[in-house]
Formats: sequence, structure tokens, C-alpha cells
Amino acid sequence: MSSLSSSSVAARDIVALEGVTKRFPGIVANDSVDLSIRPGEVQVLLGENGAGKSTLIGMLSGLLQPDEGRILVDGKPTPITSPRHALALGIGTVFQHMMLVPTLTVAENLLLGGRWWQRPRTEELAARVAEITSTLGITVKLHAKVSELSLGEQQQVEILRAMVRKSRLLILDESTSMLTPKGIDELGALMRRLVEQGLAIVFITHKLKEAAAFGDRISVLKLGRKVGEIPPERFRALGEQAIISEIVELMFGKQSDDPEAVERPVRTVHAEAAPLLQVADLAVAPTDNAPGLSSISFDIRPGEILGIAGIDGNGQKQLAEALAGQRAATGGSVRLEGVAIEALSVGERRRRGLRYLTDDRLGEGTVGTFPVSINFFLKQVGAAPFWRNGVEQRAEIDKRATQLVREYDVRTPSLKTPVARLSGGNIQKVLLARELAEGAKMVIFNKPTYGLDLANTLASRQRIRDTAARGLAVLLISTDLEELLSMCDRIAVIANGALVGTVENVDDARTKVGRLMIGLAA
Amino acid sequence: MTGLFSAVFLSALLFGAVTAAIPLLLAGLGEQMSEKAGVLNIGIEGMLLAGAYLGFVGAFYSGSLWLGFVTGAAGGAAVALIMALLCVRIGLNQIVIGIALTLGLEGLTALLHHFQFSRSYPRLPAADATVIPLLSDIPVIGPAFFKHHLIVYLAVALVFGMGYLYRRTQLGLNLQAAGDKPAALDVAGIDVIKTRTIAVLTTGALAGLGGAYLANVGAGLFIPFITNGAGFLGIVLAMLARGRPVWVLFGALLFGVCLSLTTAMQVAGINIPTDVIQMLPFLAVMIMLVLFGRRASLPAALGIPYERGAR
Ligand SMILES: Nc1ncnc2c1ncn2[C@@H]1O[C@H](COP(=O)(O)OP(=O)(O)OP(=O)(O)O)[C@@H](O)[C@H]1O
Ligand SMILES: [Mg+2]
Repeated sequence: MSSLSSSSVAARDIVALEGVTKRFPGIVANDSVDLSIRPGEVQVLLGENGAGKSTLIGMLSGLLQPDEGRILVDGKPTPITSPRHALALGIGTVFQHMMLVPTLTVAENLLLGGRWWQRPRTEELAARVAEITSTLGITVKLHAKVSELSLGEQQQVEILRAMVRKSRLLILDESTSMLTPKGIDELGALMRRLVEQGLAIVFITHKLKEAAAFGDRISVLKLGRKVGEIPPERFRALGEQAIISEIVELMFGKQSDDPEAVERPVRTVHAEAAPLLQVADLAVAPTDNAPGLSSISFDIRPGEILGIAGIDGNGQKQLAEALAGQRAATGGSVRLEGVAIEALSVGERRRRGLRYLTDDRLGEGTVGTFPVSINFFLKQVGAAPFWRNGVEQRAEIDKRATQLVREYDVRTPSLKTPVARLSGGNIQKVLLARELAEGAKMVIFNKPTYGLDLANTLASRQRIRDTAARGLAVLLISTDLEELLSMCDRIAVIANGALVGTVENVDDARTKVGRLMIGLAA
Repeated sequence: MTGLFSAVFLSALLFGAVTAAIPLLLAGLGEQMSEKAGVLNIGIEGMLLAGAYLGFVGAFYSGSLWLGFVTGAAGGAAVALIMALLCVRIGLNQIVIGIALTLGLEGLTALLHHFQFSRSYPRLPAADATVIPLLSDIPVIGPAFFKHHLIVYLAVALVFGMGYLYRRTQLGLNLQAAGDKPAALDVAGIDVIKTRTIAVLTTGALAGLGGAYLANVGAGLFIPFITNGAGFLGIVLAMLARGRPVWVLFGALLFGVCLSLTTAMQVAGINIPTDVIQMLPFLAVMIMLVLFGRRASLPAALGIPYERGAR
């Protein structure tokens, strides 16, 4: 799968890291890392949550300065002093966490960075964007406010922005996490075209198949150290399966064929059991840039996992929020254990056992600056035994938090660490612990594994299965079809705010769901 | 017709309202810019006072009102520079520093004034008005709005200049990004610290100008504590205006009417205790906060110092 250009001349490094070390209080995020980035090559960077990938990118993009070691640009030692400097050197980055201003429009975000005395060049931008989007096969709403876009659409805007800037080195930090399978393939093809034009690309992902399909060279980080590299020659010699098992060995030191391909355990959902959640004709009005929902109906029985498949931005978030009570429904009914809850508040629905795990972990899921311990109880603020007469009960909170940290294997330096400091996988564990605790009956998971490394993905999926096995009803929203196929009892497909079909997850479900997703009848 | 509702009274009332509104307008516009860029500038009361004092001193010794405006703006900017260094560059708490600056300037200006003028309060000659032909001949409205010092018209023009700046220019985008998502601005290659510093210095200069107007044109003299909370009213205006300069103008005029009414009622000798009358502007603040306060939307990163690479 690699290009010819990379094998031609012995390409010189555009950027190289030599013995780069970066420390944060209490942790060595990068430990004497060497890395060479070459034109004409897609360099894949792999590693578990917290391995130090984003930290490395932070140093390449001028956000962080290395404590030791040096960075060479075109062979010359060059400290990258600021993001502006990085851009001037031709290093363009799509960061893992959204770097768009929510209150500005897409166009304004793309224009950000012009000199202050200039007038924003809107027409020029529109022309350039049209050119890029047509080759990328995406559409971008230039005049929509960023806050109204889905996370997937925001990710597209960020990729687009990096393209508009014409970089020599393009860095993509988990840029496929919110894209659809089709979007991912298109991004892969685009990367291939770009490296053929002589660009260098650094591509970070947690999906080993993407690494094998799109990469030329793979470097693996573990606990801040570089533990292995597969150079292009070897890469080309190996098949997909061989590459994946080599990576798994490097990352986890254990052998397994395809770690994601777990057998779906046959569970017994009592078909005759009364549905736990009944949704009938649920409707939500559309806003300017988000689709509404129309006549959504489904039931979920105890112990059942219903999947919602579909291309991101087709109403998934609206559905989850309408069920959780965060978004006003314009019609229809929602019954939990036979009791109508559509008129109840968010808090009341939660008390009755309806839980919602948002996909926006840092934005709406947690308060980043609050300690891990408090984040476990955010939705119970004021309630006994953690609060008494309005006073925080430190001892009670810490005691329960310690249990949860152990039970859910949250890797945190301490209970007092602000939650935003944790890596993505550990933030997700905090959320899981909070939502699945005490009294949950029905749980909505919105993209529960995006941005998680393999180990955490598998652990989260196991949590979800266990949740269903305990007799809870589960609604699993995901853009990852493999995930749905490996977990769900039934899969419904959402398109344009309506469910276009539901299929039992048996033998030919993959093709049926696939057909529904591209607009054909199952 | 005589008394409260005569044409003369009404136009004097409105004239006074405009005069009282200008310092509020300039402070409000300044505060709005800082807040847009993510800096809560509580020190603005101190900047106003520094502008009033230095503006007066400049005009008093040079005999030129315009030079007074320049020294006033410079004085406000100088205080803002301290704020920018401590809060933007070093990242200290904006509320603490703001309060410290205000209290410090209240003491300092009173002290300096005492050393210079002892207990006397020298007056400046009355400011020349720029009379706008034709418009100033309209009854009531004319004398109220079109016979002011040139700086008044410039301040109103500034409202529209600011509107243009925020909505149409690159600097406007940068300021908004600095307040709503500074990291996004930083990775776009624009220095957040610099952008916020520019905003805070501009705030200082505008507040200083407002203070100089208050002392030199509005009152014609400097007395300690002359600003009497105008900077805080400016903060309220900026918060209620939701980033729109025109709303600052409306709000400033509304407060201006209240302030002017207070004076007018005292002059007219209406039989209400002065304490009650003097509460009027603050009552107006409360009412406006109750009516519009809930919809006020503040920038997401307001009050949070930016540190590159932190999370
Ligand atoms: N600004 C910071 N302050 C303190 N600790 C930090 C900071 N940034 C990162 N860390 C810590 O450094 C380690 C490496 O984090 P990094 O974000 O680089 O991991 P990652 O490999 O990108 O993980 P993920 O796959 O979850 O994105 C983590 O333990 C993280 O908690
Ligand atoms: Mg990362």
C-alpha cells in the first residue's frame, strides 16, 4: 500500500526528533524519543492512551518546548518556539481536541490567523475551500456557526483548515475518530495523494487497521518511550494481518490475531419481557444547521442492546439528548418501565434510572478543572451522603471515589488531579463509573469508544456488555459498524433524523445495515 | 410653561444626560473590548480615575483641553499596562488585581491632588462646544444633542467604528477568539497574550479618555473619587450589551438620563430626600440586570489566564 515516491531517492528528513524528553509534574510524558519524518511518507504513531503521542505533537507544533533533546528541521537544529513559528516552518496540525472557536462561523475560523490589519479575505477563502472540498468529497457549511456542527463535521473543518494552509508536514492527531467509515477511507486516499506530491504526514490513530492500510512507517510509543518501529521496507513486505500482530506485540507484548474480533456472546434476551424503554413518534424540531427528529419509535427490552448506526450528524446527538431530556421534544412519548417520562426534567429522568454517556467528554461530560473525585458525583451535587446540609462530605466522597477508581481502573496520579489532565481513555472511565453507578436502568452510550486505545476500547465494550447482562436496557449509538455488529442484538439505522430500518444482528446484518446506511432498502 | 416639563428644562436634562453618558460610554466600550478578549477588567474604575486626574493636570498646566485628553488617555493606558503585565502576562487573578488597582488609584489620585492643590479645587474654563449647524436649531433636541464638545461626537462615531471592527475585521475575529477559545487562536498562529494586551491597553486608553472628559468637560475640575462608580457602571453595560457596541451606547444614555435626572431634581428642589434621588442610577442598574441580565452571554474563557500547552 505504499507509494513509489518513498522508495525513490533516500528522502531526507523534513523534521527529526533527537532524544526528546518532556516532563509534566509527576510524569515523564516523552522519554528520549527519536523520530524521523520524511517527505513522501505517512508516519503512523501508535500507542495506548497516555503514551505521549499528543505531547510529542505539541512539541512539533510549537505548543510545548522539550525539556531535553532537540528538533531538527531540514537537518538544522531548530527550536520551534510558537505555533506561529511551526506554521511558518510548514507544519500544519489537526489537534486531538477541537481547536475551533464555537461562537464563530466555519469561514471565520478558517480565516483566523490573518494579520490583524488585513481584511478577512472571504471570497478567496470560499474559492480555495471549494477546490479542496471537491477533491475531498465533503461538503462544508461555511456560514454555519461551529457550535451547531456535530463533532464529526467539526473534525472535517479542522482537516480542511490544515489543507487550506498548504503545509509541508501535516499532522493528524486522531483525526479519524469522528469520521464515518467512508470518510476514513477518503481521508486515507487523500493522505496517499498528498504524500505522492511530496508531503510528509504524521498520522495518529488507535485503529490498527487504519495504521496498516494508510501507513508507510509505524512508530510505537509506550509510557513515553519509543518501543519499536516498522520501517517502510518491512512494512511493504508484510501483509495486513502480519503488521497488526506485530503492532499488537509491540504495544501489549502479547500475541493475538485480531484483538477486536471477539465472538459476540449469545445472550438471551427474553423476547416476552416487557420493554424497559418505549419510544413512540418522538419528534424534535430542526435548528438552522442540525437536523430534527421525526417519528422515532423503538422499544428496548431489559438486557437488550439496541444499536443506532448511521453517518455522523444525522440526528444521533439529538436523539440521545431528547431521550435524556436535554433537548425539548416537539412530540411523541418516551416511557421508562411503562411510565411516561417525556415531560420530566433531566435530573428526574436520571433519578428514575435513565443515564446518558455523552460523546463530548470534556465539554459536557466533565468539568475539566474539577478533581477526579468530584467529577464522579457531579450529577449528585447536594445529595446525601456526599453532601449534607449543603456541605461537601470530603471523607465520603473520597471513600467512594477510591472504590470507583479501583473498580473502573482509572489511571490517575491522585483523586485531586483535575480531570482534564487525564488521557482520553481515563476520562471516559470516570464517565462510565459515574453513569453506571447506583440505580441505572437504561443507559444511552453515544460513541463510547471514540479516541480510546485498544485496551480501553475493549474494556469499555465489556462494560457495556456487562451492563446489558445485568438486565439493563442499552442504546448504543456509534458510527463504527464493527463495534455495533460485535455488541448489539438489533441495529437501527438513522438517516436525516428518522430511523430508516431496524435489523436483527444475525448473519447478514452487515450487508443489510450497510445497504440502509447508503440509502437502499435492507 | 415652567417647572419640570418646560422645553428649557427638558433640553437641559437631555444635555446633562449626554454629558453624563460619555464617560460611561467610553468605559463601557473599553470594558467590552477587554471582555471580548477574555479579560475581566475590574480595574477600569481605577483607569477612569487615573484618566480624570492626569487629564485634569494636563489640561490645567497646559491650558489645552486636547492635551488633557491625551494625558488622560495615557494615564488610563499606564494603569492598564500594569493590569496587562500582572493578569495577562503573568496570569494573576483578574478580580483581585482589578480591585487592588481601583483601590490603589483612588488613594493615589486623592493623595497627589492633596499635595498639589491642598484643599483648593481650581476650575478649568468652560469647554468650547462644537455646534452642528441646522441640527442644533431643532427645538429641545438641538440644544440637547448638537451643542457638545467635539469629543462627544467622536465618542459616538467610535461606537460604529467598534461595531465595524468586531464584525468585519481580522482584529475583531482575533479578539473574539481570544475570549472564547484562546487555544484555537494560538494554534492559528496569533499570539493570545499580545492580542489580550492590546485589548487591555485600549480599554485603559478609552477609560482614561472618559475620565478626562468627566473631569475637564463634565465637571470642569478634579475632586478625589470624582468617578463615583462610573467604571463599575461601564462593567455592567459591557456585560448587558452582549458584545454589541450600539447597546453600550443605549445603556449609557439610559444611565445618563438617570444621573442627569438626579442632578436636575436636586436643582429643581423637588421634595424627595437626596439620598433616594441619588439611588436612581443604581436602581436602574438593578432593573436592567433583572430584565436583561439573564440573557447576558459572556465569553467562555472570560477571567481565565491563558497558558500555552496547559490543559
Ligand atoms: N499539560 C499537561 N499537564 C500535565 N500532564 C499532562 C499534560 N499533558 C499531558 N499530560 C500527561 O502526559 C501523559 C501523556 O499524555 P498524551 O496526551 O500525550 O497521551 P496520548 O498518547 O496522546 O493519549 P491519548 O491516546 O489518550 O490521546 C498523560 O499521562 C497525561 O496525563
Ligand atoms: Mg492524544
